[in-house]
Amino acid sequence: MLDIHELVAKVEGKQILNGLNLSIKPGEVHAIMGPNGAGKSTLGNVLTGRAGYDVVSGDVTFNGKNLFELEVEERAREGVFLAFQYPVEIPGVSNMEFLKASVDARRKHLGLPELSSFDFMKLARECSQKVSLDPAFLKRGVNEGFSGGEKKRNEIMQMMLLEPRLCILDETDSGLDIDALQVVAAGVNAMRDSARSFIVVTHYQRLLDFIVPDYVHVLANGRIVRTGDKELAKELEAKGYGWLEKEGV
Amino acid sequence: MSEQVESLIRKEYAAGFHSAIESDTLAPGLDEDTVRFISAQKQEPEWMLEWRLKAYRAWREMAEPTWAHVHYPEIDFKSISYYSAPKSMKDRPKSLDEVDPELIATYEKLGIPLHEQAALAGVAVDVVFDSVSVVTTFREKLREVGVIFCPISDAIREYPELIKKYMGSVVPQKDNFYAALNSAVFSDGSFVYIPKGVRCPMELSTYFRINELNTGQFERTLIIADEGSHVSYLEGCTAPMRDENQLHAAVVELVALDDAQIKYSTVQNWYPGDKEGKGGIYNFVTKRGVAHKNARISWTQVETGSAVTWKYPSCILKGDNSVGEFYSVALTNNFQQADTGTKMIHLGKNTRSTIVAKGISAGRSNSAYRGLVRINPTAEGARNYTQCDSLLIGDRCGAHTFPYIETKNASAVIEHEATTSKVSDDQLFLCQQRGLDAEKAVSMIVNGFCREVFKELPMEFAVEAGKLLEVSLEGSVG
Repeated sequence: MLDIHELVAKVEGKQILNGLNLSIKPGEVHAIMGPNGAGKSTLGNVLTGRAGYDVVSGDVTFNGKNLFELEVEERAREGVFLAFQYPVEIPGVSNMEFLKASVDARRKHLGLPELSSFDFMKLARECSQKVSLDPAFLKRGVNEGFSGGEKKRNEIMQMMLLEPRLCILDETDSGLDIDALQVVAAGVNAMRDSARSFIVVTHYQRLLDFIVPDYVHVLANGRIVRTGDKELAKELEAKGYGWLEKEGV
Repeated sequence: MSEQVESLIRKEYAAGFHSAIESDTLAPGLDEDTVRFISAQKQEPEWMLEWRLKAYRAWREMAEPTWAHVHYPEIDFKSISYYSAPKSMKDRPKSLDEVDPELIATYEKLGIPLHEQAALAGVAVDVVFDSVSVVTTFREKLREVGVIFCPISDAIREYPELIKKYMGSVVPQKDNFYAALNSAVFSDGSFVYIPKGVRCPMELSTYFRINELNTGQFERTLIIADEGSHVSYLEGCTAPMRDENQLHAAVVELVALDDAQIKYSTVQNWYPGDKEGKGGIYNFVTKRGVAHKNARISWTQVETGSAVTWKYPSCILKGDNSVGEFYSVALTNNFQQADTGTKMIHLGKNTRSTIVAKGISAGRSNSAYRGLVRINPTAEGARNYTQCDSLLIGDRCGAHTFPYIETKNASAVIEHEATTSKVSDDQLFLCQQRGLDAEKAVSMIVNGFCREVFKELPMEFAVEAGKLLEVSLEGSVG
């Protein structure tokens, strides 16, 4: 479903990704770990097309399409979803209005009719309950005055509503207490199926106790320097990244 | 990003057509004869002519104000035509069937329902085309409950006692340069009187349209809400696209007697000029209301048009416990300039005022909020809350805030909050990552920013205002 080939990318003139290769099949969960500054978040931002992240060379195909030929919103409508590390606030725009517009944009792209407000509300309430968010959140401004944990749960709720093909979770576990972490993980696990893939970016092995990955990759100096299964994550937790970083140079 | 923002702001002015309607237009120029001509055209009584001449003589001695944060070339008041009337209006139509079809078509293009059957939404409309009021709908129906809603030129002839008592009582002839000019040459406008204890059964609205080249529009609106009455009024404005600047100098006076409520909403969409800043309306308007005991005056405005806007809808809170409100969204784009805000003058005891002003600047435009809160020594226990937010789109626009607070009574409580923010790349990216295109994203963010003001508008106009913002912003990101 996703093939990343020799990807080189710059942020503010500085080369962050240095020939990254990664291939993901439908239904797989790939964890990406690595030290600060290794390029973990950059990968998610490059894949989703964020301004300021410039592709120097390499290519990425997503379900047979060249991802770099698509606009940001087109990639989203194709089913690429990024759960943000730091979700921004949009004051005055209700979560409900924002989510309905997003869901309708995706449905329109898939050739489906827009949801009626009634059906949308029903769906949104179900999803909010799954991540233990009070449905009253739907009426509040997007992320406005949400706590860190609420923002992250809100991201997972959006993911549930949009039913993407590829979900990229950018350090979704950062700043979460153990209860919230379990809620988030349960939400992700409920969405796992044979057609949907995940890229889970994290610093800590802890998240992977709850979301068990098929593969664990270590990113250092802009490349994948080691690939293994969930046991690799445990090894990293014990030994740190230093020994791999040296290999990656 | 700024390039992105750039292209979203570009958008043609949708109301910029000119209608081929034959009209009688007075040659440009201004002297006492001009004033006499206008007064004669309106078949006004002698006292009205005298009132106008007094204003004209005062105006001649006055100077144009220069303190506003706007820049424009000097206006040659002799080059403007002060009166233009569609020819077919000479014998004003008795009903819509007699109205020039071209005129009806003009209003249809603007999406304004003139036909009574089309106006089932329950809005009574007065239409002012250049210098004359051409049609007022629902006049009879309103009359049944005692509400008077008619062109002000009719009111001068039919209700002289009300006019003599109230016209100029809120905005005197010599109030300021533009008000004095308006008092001398005003041609038409709307008049509303709501009798004691009556809640006006429908929204009243006036649509103003400048059509002719080189004409100025000087309308005058007077609304009197008698004791315990209630009225909601909306005005809308558009003009054709012209390379020349055109002058609009209106006066609006509101009188809310004891326990009365007036809600006055404006959706102002005068032609703003083109992308290079050529043309557009100069909008110099004086709006003021007096609130007597326990009365409430609420101004809500959505300002998206005009090349230059100079406008401060104000409340004089004369009676004890009276309330004044001002909710404003001012959007400027390209080379537009807006200097707008309000004045809340607290005279009575326990008077309260609320100001919520939202300024949105895009392109190379500049918008300024200018507000005065004055608490007089008599205003024991007065309260004011002011919130003033600016939103910038792109990096070549400006937002300015000039709050003036004068308090002469120690019991007053005044709060002032101000924020400035930008439509951030992160907000845009979040929206786009969720599948929304950039234009939709910006309009959603801007609408969210304006929410507190839009919710004050009558329902049907809140939708209209949201769409208007969307259109005015189109091309500012892309």
